Amino acid sequence: MLWLSPLIAVVASVAASAVLFAALGRNPLVALYTMFIAPLGTVLGLTELALKATPLLLCAVGIAVGCRANVWNIGAEGQFTIGAICGGGVGLLWGDQPWVLVPMLLAGIAGGMAWAAIPAFLRTKCNAHEILTTLMLSYVAVQILGWLVHGPWQDPDGFNFPQTKQFTPEATLPLLIEGARVTIGALFALGVVPLAWVLLGRTMTGYRIRVAGLAPGAARYAGFSGDGVVWFSLLLGGALAGMAGICEVAGPVGQLQPIISPGYGFTAIIVAFLGRLNPVGILFASLLMALEYLGGEGLQMDLQLPQAATGVIQGMLLFFLLAADVLILYRPRLSEVRHA
Amino acid sequence: MPDGGILLAMLVATLRAATPLVLAGLGELVTERAGVLNLGIEGMMLVGAAVGFMATVATGNPALGMLAAMLAGAAMALVFGFLTLSLLANQVATGLALTIFGIGLSALLVVDYQGHPITGLATVISPGLSQASPMVQQLLLIDPLVVLALVLPFVVQWFLGRTRAGLVVRAVGESHDVAFALGYRVIRIRYLCVVFGGAISGLAGAYLSLAYTPMWTENMVAGRGWIALALVVFSTWKPVLLAVGALLFGFVTIAQFQAEAMGINVPSQLLATLPYLATIAVLVLISRDATRTKLNAPAALGRSFHAST
Repeated sequence: MLWLSPLIAVVASVAASAVLFAALGRNPLVALYTMFIAPLGTVLGLTELALKATPLLLCAVGIAVGCRANVWNIGAEGQFTIGAICGGGVGLLWGDQPWVLVPMLLAGIAGGMAWAAIPAFLRTKCNAHEILTTLMLSYVAVQILGWLVHGPWQDPDGFNFPQTKQFTPEATLPLLIEGARVTIGALFALGVVPLAWVLLGRTMTGYRIRVAGLAPGAARYAGFSGDGVVWFSLLLGGALAGMAGICEVAGPVGQLQPIISPGYGFTAIIVAFLGRLNPVGILFASLLMALEYLGGEGLQMDLQLPQAATGVIQGMLLFFLLAADVLILYRPRLSEVRHA
Repeated sequence: MPDGGILLAMLVATLRAATPLVLAGLGELVTERAGVLNLGIEGMMLVGAAVGFMATVATGNPALGMLAAMLAGAAMALVFGFLTLSLLANQVATGLALTIFGIGLSALLVVDYQGHPITGLATVISPGLSQASPMVQQLLLIDPLVVLALVLPFVVQWFLGRTRAGLVVRAVGESHDVAFALGYRVIRIRYLCVVFGGAISGLAGAYLSLAYTPMWTENMVAGRGWIALALVVFSTWKPVLLAVGALLFGFVTIAQFQAEAMGINVPSQLLATLPYLATIAVLVLISRDATRTKLNAPAALGRSFHAST
């Protein structure tokens, strides 16, 4: 039954978007078509879908593993950014080496892990809650990126634009399909799905994570290390977000610049919930959310609707999901308990 | 040695920077004292900032703008309240959803109004005095919301600590089952506190778009909602301490600009990380003593209440 609520939520949010479009003075049917169907009509559209789903999928799997353990890593955006910086830095330094992509990817993953290690340390050693620390570190990461591309890493031949040099072909991920922008990063993301599924469902570590989330008392009684679970889930989340970051800049973005993500790290929270914190579910959820990004761009071009409309629809989707869950899990009655 | 004028300027600037943190922080403090954890402050502030700006452009009256911002914040809080209090949805997830929703909604609402000039919030001292000395010029920057932010912490402290209604709010936050057994309407009281929190967060947002920087820029709240949340923990849920914390943060923000003005050669982006790093540092210092945090936090914080349980 719990699989029903994402479907209910999707249907409800599509209906609510129609109302939203009408309220903004657009023909709702045309807008819905532009948002949800038009992007799927071409091969190029489908490749763009995979391109946008890649970072969402990677970040969301990490967030979901955390949520299963009751660890709220909502700073995937920051780990994504630091991953892009570390991997990108390697690419800028040794861009002419033939195998530079491997150290780039590793540096990206390590960067994301290092950034996630800070909240893990603060949570386990200082008892500081990770919701705030991961989020604050996201703001810090974005500022660091801004400083690098405005300052030390700025392209000297870039007409003073805040951006680094373009990555060399050696430092750019190979394309999956000639003529499209989607890279082999999409395959990495796809590969993470079965790995995460096995991890959560078929290994002792996954079991510990689930017990820590569902019944912390039982986990303690069984002698599972609470700190170990916090460290593991945050480091895994950081690694995946960092990988998403380097795949994004060494792929479609092609250089470091102040804005490298339209909020993938935050949208991935919705993706994780919509996918029921399950890697396979997250795969579908990331495709849907990628479709909303693409559709949002279409709306902007064809109907002059602001990009922010996408955010509103994504936010509504999460509201509907949370509400639908409740209506499925409980049987609410309209009457309130009367007081004596 | 800085003269009195500069000190006064820094004091006023600190007060102005602290005002949105005090207001939003107090809203969250009251909400949490009633046992509800609303992580949507950032979203409510953004919608408040956007709606306040729009209403001011439309009516030319910042007072109406502030009223509209409070209503908008309250409406956002009602959505949160409906999901978490009536439908018993997870408070953490719903709060995050409220923030994501608010970021999008605020940007969407304002599109047609972007770039419009507005008359910012009038100041307390009448502008007729503007020919006066530089000292008075500085005081001219104080507006009614700054004054409110100075008074409200004491009012809330008195309300929570010295009134019957405040006692009921705290009872609901400490143990909703006991409060319910005593005949208090837990859900209704929580709704009121959540809506109060939303209204005042909306007002805090409006302060940013009407007085602090009288204009609208996307995502202009820039994490202040989250800093306000950290301040509630920092204050150990005490309103006056929260105001002290907010002033400290205001000072950190201002010191950042002062450092630039004094020619200290640190890139502006790195200075801009200071408030966020300070938040983490403060959070670490406060939370290190786990028992102390646990003793001060409302015991029912974040737990859903249903009369049957």
